[in-house]
Amino acid sequence: MYAVEMRGITKRFRNVVANDNVDLVVKRGEIHSLLGENGAGKSTLMNILYGMYAPTSGEIRVQGRSVTIENPLKAIELGIAMVHQHFMLIEPMTVAENVVLGYEPKKNGCFDLKKAIADVDKLARDYGLFVDAKEKVENLSVGTKQRVEILKALYRKAEILILDEPTAVLTPQEVADLFKVLRQLKESGKTILIITHKLKETLELADTVTILRKGQVITSVPVGEMDEAKLAELMVGRIVAFDAEKAAAPGEHKVVMALRGATVVKEKRAVLENVSLEIRAGEILGIAGVEGNGQTELIDVLTGLQKLHGGAVVLEGKQLPSARLTPRAMLEAGVGHIPEDRGKRGFVGGFTIAENLILGYHRRKEFDNHGLIRIKARDAFAERVAEQYDVRMDSIRDTVGSLSGGNQQKVIIGRVFAQDPKVIIAAQPTRGVDIGAIEYIHAQLLKMREAGKAILLISADLEELTKLSDEIAVLYAGHIVDKRPAKEYDEKTLGALMTGHAQGVEEKEA
Amino acid sequence: MTASKTQKTTGLAERLSHNNVFLSAAALLLSLIVAGLVMLIAGYSPLEGYAAMFTGAFGNVSNLAQTLGTATPLIFAGLAMALAARGGMFNIGIEGQIIAGAFPAALVGAYVQGLPWFLHIPLCFAAGMIGGGVWAAIAGFLKNKLRVSEVILTIMLNYVAQYLAEYLANYQFKAEGMLVRTETILPSAALTPLVPYTRLTGGIFVALAFAALMWWFLARTTTGYEIRAIAENPFAAEAGGIHIARRNLLTMFLSGALAGMGGAVEVLGVHGYFITNMTSGYGFDGVAIAVMGQYTPVGTVVSALIFGALRAGSTSMNRMTSIPGEFIQVLQALVILFVSTPGIVRLVLKRRRQKKEA
Repeated sequence: MYAVEMRGITKRFRNVVANDNVDLVVKRGEIHSLLGENGAGKSTLMNILYGMYAPTSGEIRVQGRSVTIENPLKAIELGIAMVHQHFMLIEPMTVAENVVLGYEPKKNGCFDLKKAIADVDKLARDYGLFVDAKEKVENLSVGTKQRVEILKALYRKAEILILDEPTAVLTPQEVADLFKVLRQLKESGKTILIITHKLKETLELADTVTILRKGQVITSVPVGEMDEAKLAELMVGRIVAFDAEKAAAPGEHKVVMALRGATVVKEKRAVLENVSLEIRAGEILGIAGVEGNGQTELIDVLTGLQKLHGGAVVLEGKQLPSARLTPRAMLEAGVGHIPEDRGKRGFVGGFTIAENLILGYHRRKEFDNHGLIRIKARDAFAERVAEQYDVRMDSIRDTVGSLSGGNQQKVIIGRVFAQDPKVIIAAQPTRGVDIGAIEYIHAQLLKMREAGKAILLISADLEELTKLSDEIAVLYAGHIVDKRPAKEYDEKTLGALMTGHAQGVEEKEA
Repeated sequence: MTASKTQKTTGLAERLSHNNVFLSAAALLLSLIVAGLVMLIAGYSPLEGYAAMFTGAFGNVSNLAQTLGTATPLIFAGLAMALAARGGMFNIGIEGQIIAGAFPAALVGAYVQGLPWFLHIPLCFAAGMIGGGVWAAIAGFLKNKLRVSEVILTIMLNYVAQYLAEYLANYQFKAEGMLVRTETILPSAALTPLVPYTRLTGGIFVALAFAALMWWFLARTTTGYEIRAIAENPFAAEAGGIHIARRNLLTMFLSGALAGMGGAVEVLGVHGYFITNMTSGYGFDGVAIAVMGQYTPVGTVVSALIFGALRAGSTSMNRMTSIPGEFIQVLQALVILFVSTPGIVRLVLKRRRQKKEA
């Protein structure tokens, strides 16, 4: 008998078919990977199973029984739980309070906190999920928060656990821990469905993989029969080049931009302390680090969004006075910025593609005629850039919010690259972007490198970092703890350094 | 992925959740129905009431003129609110800014002598715009300096404007007589009624011109583009080199200037002097008007005309039927309620989310 059977599921949104006659069959007690690019329909399918959407047509069976799942409450009743990519936790409350929320133990009609803590402690011990039930969620690391989400699911007696891109926000060590937990859960008979677009994870963790492309199931096979190249081809629909060729950029690799002893203090704590680095023409300097170790501040300093509390920014040999450390001055000086969170810093969702393509450069003569927008010039520029950077859209008058993640990212990259920057601060350039677009963005970055641009690459994806960078600096707790040519690192060493285990390097040297 | 999540349900709820004419029309219709029910419960005939109101608003040239005249300051108030919202500011101090514009306009109208009308009237307008603009800019300045919400600041400044103007009209600038008012403006500053004994003056054309100007500013100028970017996503705007504090200050000034124009037009066209309580809630109607107009200049003008008709119609409903004119306030409150339930709630939620991310 199957844990989940979804037969002939079709889901239409207005004129878009997100799921087209999809069959998904999940055996009890297996880890099942739902693989596909962004927009392939994975999340839609899982949201149908979790009762967030009603399918346009199709049948769902859970543990052999035909069911209608009107809402998440019904799903929970059926033993289905979902761990979302963005955690649904109440930060100022404790772990125990979060876990029991909605299903609180009661004594004389009042909330029984003691029992809640005891229950959560026991649950955590039973499944090997180590969390302090009395700790407030806001004090936890991302990996631990995720564990709290899993505990929440288990507390609700979930038999079928859906995880939406669970590794997107984790460090390599945390990913390893998560996989251990998931395997344990499998041992104890739970069924796990994991939404991902990462091939390696599927191969490492899953028993069965179902590949979705453009809303349709391409195939559903045991993972044992697959390898990375085959998965990628099935997922994208064509053969994918994994290794971008990296030729040395010609010319002298002069230092274009540098930080000298940069220090940033937030809430009386140095989030960036005495950081010095040099970004050279024709080279990519990679920054490795777990989120929250100063990357955001580093990006913000280099793009003028954050004032320095010590140290200096040097551009083309000249130290910039603090009055020039503003976003506008930096943009004018030729420092292009691909923001780490594109939805927040990158674009204005309600603006059109054309309007977004000039954001930051809208005061330039080519777009601004004494305070009036040169609409024709802007639109011609937008048409050109959108075509050159392969933005898939109907019209430059569409809002950027209506594009897929990969295409949104192409808009941002096109905007920056089209202005012939001297320095490119590229933060998480491929986050949440599908394989085809990743391939493209990597190629574009390398092209910029060959054109002699000085590039800083901040990425949580260590594979990307080691592949593209010439040199990598590791940022931990606001310090650069290590820096050397990229080929001297492997993912394991980087992972250790990023989490503050300096001995990772010593072991390698020994 | 996230894009598809937002399209959870289709149908009426979704259509209502989008900014469109449908929402405003539905809200208006719903308010008319509910207010009608209230009349029925109170023992009046809604049909009779609405008929009287309709006649009062549109029945003859004079009534129609009264509607348009009443709508004139409402257009300015609505545009003031709309412009602020399009720049990401919640300017709830339009009432105060109308006063801050009306008062200096009245003084310039009364004391600057020897000018022909085509200089005197624009000079009064300028005084009104600067008065209202500066008053709103104070809130913008304090927001930047002290990080206090402009909502609180503008509400408080409403009282300051009201009592300050009252004080000045009572002492320094008091005209002879019983009323607390300033001297009557000179004939060269007066806007004469287009239809005798009504509020309709050339001010309506000025209001329409300002609506067009606002559209042009937002759609065609680089500064308008920057202001809209801030409203939609301040973080991206900041990364795009837009100086948010400076632009917020400008947004507030321009919003206040529009409100001040409303005050000036009211002084030059209706009263002929500044008098206490002359604003009669225009500022707060302006909020509702802008919300119902979806913060667009055209929508704002249309909903200001509707509100003008309601105000003008209520007077005649009061006179011709036994239904108290206060029912119009019930109706207006309902309009606000229905339009703003998705509207204002959405605005507040958006701001809160942005604050959390900050």
